[in-house]
Amino acid sequence: MKAAATFNYRVVRQFTIMTIVWGIVGMGVGVLIAAQLLWPELNFDTPWFSYGRLRPLHTNAVIFAFGGSALFATSYYCVQRTCQVRLFADRLAAFTFWGWQLVIVLAAVTLPMGYTTGKEYAELEWPIDILITLVWVAYAVVFFGTIAKRKTPHIYVANWFFGGFILAVALLHIVNSCEIPVELFKSYSCYPGVQDAMVQWWYGHNAVGFFLTAGFLGMMYYFVPKQAGRPVYSYRLSVVHFWALIFTYMWAGPHHLHYTALPDWTQSLGMVFSLILLAPSWGGMINGVMTLSGAWEKLRDDPILKFLITSLSFYGMSTFEGPMMAIKTVNALSHYTDWTVGHVHSGALGWVAMISIGSMYYLVPRMFGKTEMYSTGLINLHFWVATIGVVLYIAAMWIAGVMQGLMWRALNEDGTLTYTFVESVKATYPFYAIRLTGGAMFFCGMLIMAYNTIKTVAGQRAYDAPIPTAVAAH
Amino acid sequence: MSDFVSSFWGLAILVVSVVSVIACAVLLKSQSVVRKAEGLVETTGHLWDEDLSEYNNPLPRWWASMFYITIVFGLAYLVLYPGTGLFGGVFGWTQTGEYERERAAAEAVYGPLYDRYLKQDLPTVAADAQARGMGLRIFLNNCAQCHGSDAGGAKGFPNLRDADWLYGGEPEQIKTSITDGRDGVMPPLGPALGEEGVKNVVQFVRSLSGQKHDAKAAAAGKEIFATFCAACHGPDGAGMQALGAPKLTDQIWLFGGSEQAIAETIMKGRGGNALVPGQTRMPAHKGLLSEGKIHLVAAYVWGLSQDPTGGVPKAQ
Repeated sequence: MKAAATFNYRVVRQFTIMTIVWGIVGMGVGVLIAAQLLWPELNFDTPWFSYGRLRPLHTNAVIFAFGGSALFATSYYCVQRTCQVRLFADRLAAFTFWGWQLVIVLAAVTLPMGYTTGKEYAELEWPIDILITLVWVAYAVVFFGTIAKRKTPHIYVANWFFGGFILAVALLHIVNSCEIPVELFKSYSCYPGVQDAMVQWWYGHNAVGFFLTAGFLGMMYYFVPKQAGRPVYSYRLSVVHFWALIFTYMWAGPHHLHYTALPDWTQSLGMVFSLILLAPSWGGMINGVMTLSGAWEKLRDDPILKFLITSLSFYGMSTFEGPMMAIKTVNALSHYTDWTVGHVHSGALGWVAMISIGSMYYLVPRMFGKTEMYSTGLINLHFWVATIGVVLYIAAMWIAGVMQGLMWRALNEDGTLTYTFVESVKATYPFYAIRLTGGAMFFCGMLIMAYNTIKTVAGQRAYDAPIPTAVAAH
Repeated sequence: MSDFVSSFWGLAILVVSVVSVIACAVLLKSQSVVRKAEGLVETTGHLWDEDLSEYNNPLPRWWASMFYITIVFGLAYLVLYPGTGLFGGVFGWTQTGEYERERAAAEAVYGPLYDRYLKQDLPTVAADAQARGMGLRIFLNNCAQCHGSDAGGAKGFPNLRDADWLYGGEPEQIKTSITDGRDGVMPPLGPALGEEGVKNVVQFVRSLSGQKHDAKAAAAGKEIFATFCAACHGPDGAGMQALGAPKLTDQIWLFGGSEQAIAETIMKGRGGNALVPGQTRMPAHKGLLSEGKIHLVAAYVWGLSQDPTGGVPKAQ
């Protein structure tokens, strides 16, 4: 009886701590492979440390381990509190935690061993794909079960985004992971040739759209107004940009396959929908940033708010850059260059990581019965180290990418190529050094966060907040 | 369009995509109506988690305008360019068409230059400074990956600067190597010779080039060599260019001249399958490079062997 009167903070707490742990692991591997681009000897002549195997480990660790844990933690926290009920099915929720951690550990073992489907962001082999499916279905049951038994009459906007994210990712994962196993860790995709490529990038781009955007917008809609202590700027704006995102995101994938064997009309559709995506994406940014209008002075002393608002600026920048890069003429220059890597990281570090970090700084003390982190100064330090790190990283990759694109297409008067590929690699070296510096700074920020978290949590008992009995008037 | 077996899917995509775009516009329009008088904006009246509420500010006008512009642009683009499975677009644009146009434009500009060189024989082309420059750049972008930026070769990939040629160093022979590729195969002889046999042949092969060897084993290997190796490499190991069988009497070793390397070559063979490590072959370049480019790069490579010190590309 006593347990029923509190929120299920246990699973939130577990995911919160693991978000920080996996953030350090995933970004650490990122720093290592960034260093390998400068000093290839760092693969120590072993297959397990080779760039080709560690790179998918890095992407999986930061997207699914770090980002995924952050999404589980925040969605479970938000859905309980805004529905004013304890999370549906405690044991199923516990299964999602342990199941998801098992997925991550299996990824960390199989990827360096060389087991991969070869599909970007969906490299894990079929037995792990099945486990992901089970965990995800359990996640959906817990989340929507909680919505179903809510005490509040309306579903809060953050939960629309979390819900959309859970449903879309289930669809994406199941369709793209359709494969025929041949042995324990080897399978072949169900789709042939260019159709396989199309399904893969339909998945790939929507992983960005629903995992890395919709999910984190859910996070934004809870933690920005909470931390700012202000109402969300516009309800109707959230309605329009939510549904517009749902209508258009699903079509944008083909922009990853411009000027390939993909039919012309498919490429055009991908480009058109990517451009139409600009406004719906910016709708989220406007709603988040404008929530602060009338309380801008809070930005001065609240580093958590700085993280949240800066993440929205990077979100706005990336979602402007993305549609531009989807235009065929621009893509002809940017495709296959480090510009793409810069674009991804302005979204991944600037938006996804920073909003998660801000949200974790909100959650960590509350999971242990406190309201504040051990040191606000350290959060501020983390903020500046991370921000300067991101700026260094993406600026280096922009310059490198545009340079590579221009070098690859430069022609002599006799029609021969001016540069060889290896010359463009050589010219990129200084930018790889700057990128490594930026990435290492961001990683150091995570270490500061870990220290601050340990100091906050040390000696504290786990805390489960009671559920308020009075249902808010409306 | 030929991408589908029936017109159903094209129609379905047309309907769903256009409906999605129009739905965005309708949604935008429906939420743009300001019901209240200007002035004080109130919250929706809903409350969550103690203090979460929402204002109901109107959509920012600049934002809504931007949204409309992208929708109009999108619909116009789908009319002008191929955008649905059924309709190829008013402009009749295709990416293959764009590629052909760019090829034709390049051909018109650069074609005469290559035609001029194609009319000359290779030594004449090799003597032309501009042609050497073009040949160098073609080499760096198409050949250096295996033969090295300095054309010095690597294990399994011949050095092109020395006077030693597997398939002949005459200009036309080099051009044939580039155009049609070369796929001479050293068959694996491990099973046929047995462990002892391989050891003995290794010693004999090393004796041919005057390397340190076991005289007794070499004598035993000589007979095996005559039976199994001489058909291609010649009775005295002089090699045979018609088959690309290397000369074994010099100090040039494509796969290494150590005991271990020679033993591996004899046991496993070389050049059977380019996808297997240690097995290499020269791919055919007709179809990959135009005739004019092959002509220029052949002249460049021939020129390298004529003047091994001059005209060597700078190492990257």
